[in-house]
Amino acid sequence: MNPLLLLLFIPILTMVGIVMVTDLKWVRVISAIGMSAQLLFSFLLLYWFYQERGAGNTDPMLFVSSTMWYESFNIQWKFGIDGISMAMILLTSVVTFAGIFVSWQVDNLQKEFFISLILLATGVYGFFISIDLFTMFLFYEVAVIPMYLLIGIWGTGPKEYSAMKLTLMLMGGSALLLVGMLGIYFNSAPAGGKLTFDLLEIKRVGIPLSAQLFFFPFTFIGFGVLGALFPFHTWSPDGHASAPTAVSMLHAGVLMKLGGYGAFRVAMYLMPEAAHELAWIFIILTSISVVYGAFGAIWQKDLKYINAYSSVSHCGLVLFALLMMNETATTGAILQMISHGLMTALFFALIGMIYGRTHTRMIHEMGGLMKVIPFLSVLYVIAGLASLGLPGLSGFVAEMTIFVGAFQHSDTFHRIATILAISSIVITAVYILRVVGTLLLGPLKNDHYLQLQDATWFEKVGGVTLVLAIAAIGMAPLWLSNLIREPLMAILQTLTN
Amino acid sequence: MNWDTLYILRQEILLTVLILIQLIGDLSEDEKRSRIIHVTLSSFLLFTLVGFLPGEPASLFGGMYVSDDLRTLLKNILSISTLIILLQSSSWLQQPSNQTKIGAFYLSLFSTLMGMYFMIAAGNFLMLYLGLELATLPLTLLAAFDKQLRRSAEAGVKLLMSSAVSSAILLFGLSLIYGVYGTFYFTELSVLNDSSYLSILALIFFISGLAFKLSLVPFHLWTADVYEGAPLSVTSYFSVVSKGAALFTLMLVLFRVFALQHATWTLALYILAISTMTVGNLFALRQKNMKRFLAFSSITQAGFMMLGFMNVGSLGMTTLVYFMLIYALSNLAIFGVLSMVSNATGKESMDDFNGFYKTNPGLSLIMLVSLFSLAGIPPVAGFFGKFFLFTAAASSGMYILVLIAVLNATISLYYYLLVVKAMFINTNDTPIPTLHTTSYEKAAFVLCLMGIAGIGFMSSLYDYIQGLM
Repeated sequence: MNPLLLLLFIPILTMVGIVMVTDLKWVRVISAIGMSAQLLFSFLLLYWFYQERGAGNTDPMLFVSSTMWYESFNIQWKFGIDGISMAMILLTSVVTFAGIFVSWQVDNLQKEFFISLILLATGVYGFFISIDLFTMFLFYEVAVIPMYLLIGIWGTGPKEYSAMKLTLMLMGGSALLLVGMLGIYFNSAPAGGKLTFDLLEIKRVGIPLSAQLFFFPFTFIGFGVLGALFPFHTWSPDGHASAPTAVSMLHAGVLMKLGGYGAFRVAMYLMPEAAHELAWIFIILTSISVVYGAFGAIWQKDLKYINAYSSVSHCGLVLFALLMMNETATTGAILQMISHGLMTALFFALIGMIYGRTHTRMIHEMGGLMKVIPFLSVLYVIAGLASLGLPGLSGFVAEMTIFVGAFQHSDTFHRIATILAISSIVITAVYILRVVGTLLLGPLKNDHYLQLQDATWFEKVGGVTLVLAIAAIGMAPLWLSNLIREPLMAILQTLTN
Repeated sequence: MNWDTLYILRQEILLTVLILIQLIGDLSEDEKRSRIIHVTLSSFLLFTLVGFLPGEPASLFGGMYVSDDLRTLLKNILSISTLIILLQSSSWLQQPSNQTKIGAFYLSLFSTLMGMYFMIAAGNFLMLYLGLELATLPLTLLAAFDKQLRRSAEAGVKLLMSSAVSSAILLFGLSLIYGVYGTFYFTELSVLNDSSYLSILALIFFISGLAFKLSLVPFHLWTADVYEGAPLSVTSYFSVVSKGAALFTLMLVLFRVFALQHATWTLALYILAISTMTVGNLFALRQKNMKRFLAFSSITQAGFMMLGFMNVGSLGMTTLVYFMLIYALSNLAIFGVLSMVSNATGKESMDDFNGFYKTNPGLSLIMLVSLFSLAGIPPVAGFFGKFFLFTAAASSGMYILVLIAVLNATISLYYYLLVVKAMFINTNDTPIPTLHTTSYEKAAFVLCLMGIAGIGFMSSLYDYIQGLM
């Protein structure tokens, strides 16, 4: 059996286990065991991956298996991973693991909460291991739809509005994607022969240029909606702000990466000529995302909104770097996906924990938290520093690589876009330091805060896992960039020719 | 007339027997009437199973009646749907006010089913028309079943009027067809091609006549009122079985008889598809009554179905049948929950479903899955049905139509989620009490859920349908 299938079976078994038990304690324990197993298995998979590569297997995808599903449409259950998807799987496992521990104290309908959360994760895993476009799309929607219930039931603030807005916008994105996908499918055999949804097969044959030009925007924007591409990002601030903690973590940390990954793996990989032709439009849009997101974050007073806008900015940077289409920049893009995934998950986790204690997310209502909850505050500072790109943490590695890569283009258009994007670093520093200053330092604004308890054990587990991962990438980025180099080069080769 | 003929006509004959049983049942005393429910249900189950017996393609009565595997499958889809409706309606029929009318209910229901069988089995337009009338007139009786209620009586009259008009239009189309081609036999018509204006006009009249039954916009105006006025079991019969029969008839005639004129009818249905999806959606957005809501949702779904007609080949037909099957099961599951709620409390408004999950988690989950199936969310069957329909349209290069359809599907998700929101998110001081599910209702839900959860993963079913084309 293909080991990748375990990535789907472990969460499914966990969900079945949760359905079986009635006791709240067991619901938590089973979720924690399931997701820990998933995390361990992801590392095991990484080990196997290296072993396979070490043994001289140079196929673009490893652990490939395919089973015919719908014969007449040539739809297959085809799974396989390369270095990029491996990195994404690791990210998903880490964030989901932390997410389970952070949501230890969900207060109502716990069973349903954990099932929806794990269902979301299952969709994400399925997406990353799919080689067949159809199953990829299927898992994409499986990952998106639980968001409605997760935000609508367990969210805060204008949760119903946000949940509906988020779901409809993402589903609207997938509507565009569907058109793009069908276009790819019906142009996958221009010289006659069998139509296919198989990514590798489509790539081998190639799509005619006229079709590429028509369907590239559909596909890229379809994924771009999830990657918070301006002007389709408006679901993101509201959605993140209203979502419960673990959902914000998974959504900003992992789900938004589906957008970048899909835009690269499907839109740009399959339609390279169109990507070259049309890149300029999307470079303009992503530059706006980067700067606009950063400015948006400055004006916000709610911690979650600040972080949501900063996610728009950082995810815009991912798409921006991918469109630069050279080795350095795209390496940076993948690093940024991982780095932002971990960092923003940590941010949202901490915001959730602080909100759980102070019952407010308005920064001007809080202050001096460093004195009462030092553990959480230190974690917050670490997350902030990673976000503004301090050397030694993951953000620096990613952003530095992106901008070095972007500057390799010497024409005026790319230069201007790059300089605009770089300016976001300064703006990021402004809002991060401002928050750290008011929130954590300074005088204590409320006497009640003296009674606050510092992190509980499960919060520590969740937070520390993420910090370790951030530091690991920051200190030793080489293993990660080596992991993603080979598949990147293979994709870039087709993009630059 | 020999044994072979009887075997080919087995479904129609058994249905006649079922109708006769009702007449005999009506002779019994009033208090014992409800026993007939169990007899009818078990014999209908038998009747449904008999439909699955293998058969050879055959043509009877000089080509008037045609039978082949595809037509048998279409009939079976209708009979399974009817079986589910019968299971769901059993507790409603047992209510004291309905006990004296049990025989009438079954009698009219089976008569319409018989008419639909003849529509599907027709090999000649006259036969088709007879079947259509047999299917329509008893339906008006069913719509006016609660005749003491004003809106039910109104529904019956409305349906009668609009059916009469649509029949007239259809008949006019048929007479033009005869005028152009000189024959009513499908086999003879299928090889004739004529591109005169008169033949186009004939086709348009024919399509319009059936569009009434399918409630395509702009022929939909009767739908919401009739759906709202009729009792719930009848409404679900309208939205699933009656619509299915009309769709299958339209499909068989267009693909098998007028395949050569496909340029004409694809264009007509292209326009109808866009108007139906869009208008149905816009009206569904604001509905508060669940029956009206489902009426407009079913109009929208009929618009989606038109996408299957864009591929003039086995792909188009397969996706249509496949989608109809999934649509039937999803819709029936929703109607099942609605009729349970309506029987117990008389509530039919969307707001009444607030907090439904707290008191009836199982039923809410059934609703959730079925609504997602209608909205086309994976991994439930509706996703596959819709995806393949869109594929059929895209295979003819109609990407603009596909784009309009997927955007409409997104809009439709909004109002399906409104129901989900009511059940799972909204709170309610006086929620619907916990409902008791009878074993008949359980059986109906099991049938529906098995289909909704399983059909998408069973590619063999799709291959089987395709093999029949």
